[in-house]
Amino acid sequence: MENAQYEKKVMKRFFNPKYAGEIKNPSAVGQVGNAACGDIMRVFIKVEADKKTKKEKIKDIKFKTMGCVAAIASSDAVCEIAKGKTISDAKKITKKDILKKVGKLPQIKHHCSILGEEALLKAIENYELRTKLHKA
Amino acid sequence: MDQQIIYLDNAATTKVDEKVVKAMLPYFSEKYGNASSMHNFGRLAREAVDNSRKIIAKSLNANEEEIYFTSGGTESNNLALKGLFLANKSSGKNHIITTKIEHDCILQTCRWLEKQGAKITYIDVDKHGLVNPLDITKAITPNTLVVSIIQGNNEIGTLQDTAEIGRICKSKGVYFHIDACQSFTKSFIDVEKQNLDLVTINAHKIHGPKGVGALYVRKGVNIQAIQNGGGHEHGLRSGTENVPGIAGFGKAVEIADKKQLKNIEKLRDYLIKNILKIPRTRLNGASKERLCNNVNISFRDIEGEAIASHLENYGIIVSTGSACASHTLKKSHVLRAIGLNDLEINSSIRISLSKFTTKKEIDKLIRVLPSIVNTLRTMSPVANNQINRKGGKMTKIKDKFTEFAGSFKNEGEFEEELEEEGLDPEEVENKHFEEEN
Ligand SMILES: Cc1ncc(COP(=O)(O)O)c(C=O)c1O
Ligand code: FES
Repeated sequence: MENAQYEKKVMKRFFNPKYAGEIKNPSAVGQVGNAACGDIMRVFIKVEADKKTKKEKIKDIKFKTMGCVAAIASSDAVCEIAKGKTISDAKKITKKDILKKVGKLPQIKHHCSILGEEALLKAIENYELRTKLHKA
Repeated sequence: MDQQIIYLDNAATTKVDEKVVKAMLPYFSEKYGNASSMHNFGRLAREAVDNSRKIIAKSLNANEEEIYFTSGGTESNNLALKGLFLANKSSGKNHIITTKIEHDCILQTCRWLEKQGAKITYIDVDKHGLVNPLDITKAITPNTLVVSIIQGNNEIGTLQDTAEIGRICKSKGVYFHIDACQSFTKSFIDVEKQNLDLVTINAHKIHGPKGVGALYVRKGVNIQAIQNGGGHEHGLRSGTENVPGIAGFGKAVEIADKKQLKNIEKLRDYLIKNILKIPRTRLNGASKERLCNNVNISFRDIEGEAIASHLENYGIIVSTGSACASHTLKKSHVLRAIGLNDLEINSSIRISLSKFTTKKEIDKLIRVLPSIVNTLRTMSPVANNQINRKGGKMTKIKDKFTEFAGSFKNEGEFEEELEEEGLDPEEVENKHFEEEN
């Protein structure tokens, strides 16, 4: 069945998100609420230093989202983009990248993709706070 | 389309009955005269309009001259309130009483009237969506012009005590208008027994065509037209009559069968009973005073558009009160009025049945729904997946507290929720902190 609002690509991701779930012992968690509609997204990240470069990388990432089709699909897209990226590269992920990955969303749903960007940033922020505290 | 559609959004609109289509067809290109024309050709159209008027009048226990055809529910509601207000402005009667759970076309009309100097009282409803008639009595002042109430709510299906409110209005000498778009031909409406002065009805909710409606106005009610023109419909609603639409409207009322209502109601109750077997669901709206075809459920922790999209994948069409699905990201004012919090509003879906709904269709919905809910809950950050595994009440509560403490739910709401489950909030809180420390 076609959906009037979303293109196939978005629906496909919504029905089969690869990154839905949680990480048992995450390095950090980030959670944000969608200011526009009140929905919620949480991102779990596992960070490990790369053996060669010693740079910190997002080894594993998962999400949990209460939200619409666009929110769930965008959450999954954020995870896919961020996985394997260094922390500093992951910080540069924007709403634009997410939209490109997830497929066309109606204008009114763009705020749902910002949710992904914000939740990831929050997780990274929490990670950095944690490691800083750890070192201190 | 390669999939059978299971249409369960009949509160939005209904399939036009074949018999209705047949009744309309001659008035497009055979008997296409203007109902106002003097010649014989026009008379054929006039007869169709009058015939429908007769059928509709009879169904409301009204007189033919008291039925005015319009373009639908929105127009009838606008005409009722604006027409009354404008006609009675000079007498100082500028107060209108309505409720917080009206259809947008009433609420927006009231907002507009406020700008024109009207005073509007929006009556609260209880957690089932019921208006307490006593609140109406209390709200009536010497300046009250009309009480306007939705008889059957389009979102949660709650039916109001029309007879009692009608009695109050009559004794206080104020007009009584009901918006009966959802309840017409489904619930009892009798303009005499219920003391109704104005009634809004439309065709597309009862297997008739879209864009046709009517307003019943009791003889003697002081009302004026809101659109100027050739003086059709006794001067109250100018514009060439939508003859095919009106012919269809009449037919839809004529074939509305009371016996079918019992079947729809049975299916409704069967559906409600089975959905409520899914953990952490709640029925929104009254269970007894309820439209025979309305089911509205909140599924804790998951969002309505997501549920509806999964259902659509199975060919099942429903709607949701979630902000995410509205064009404006606005949350349902009706669900808010019955006390739901933001997450509960966003987690609601509305399933509305019709005479065409079969048990087989409902069974399919009942079959696919639990796994959809489960899938979405496993990916929800607010859902507590431990409940099922451990089953202990404390685990559930502790988790809930952790989830909601602070930002997403205010404490009052949380406490209310605990009390509903028969627990003492203070005890739970102490226990929670004990466990944590
Ligand atoms: C209770 C109620 N009032 C008014 C309307 C508006 O009717 P219409 O769509 O015919 O303008 C509707 C339906 O949309 C309704 O459910
Ligand atoms: S999560 Fe609410 S609109 Fe997307």
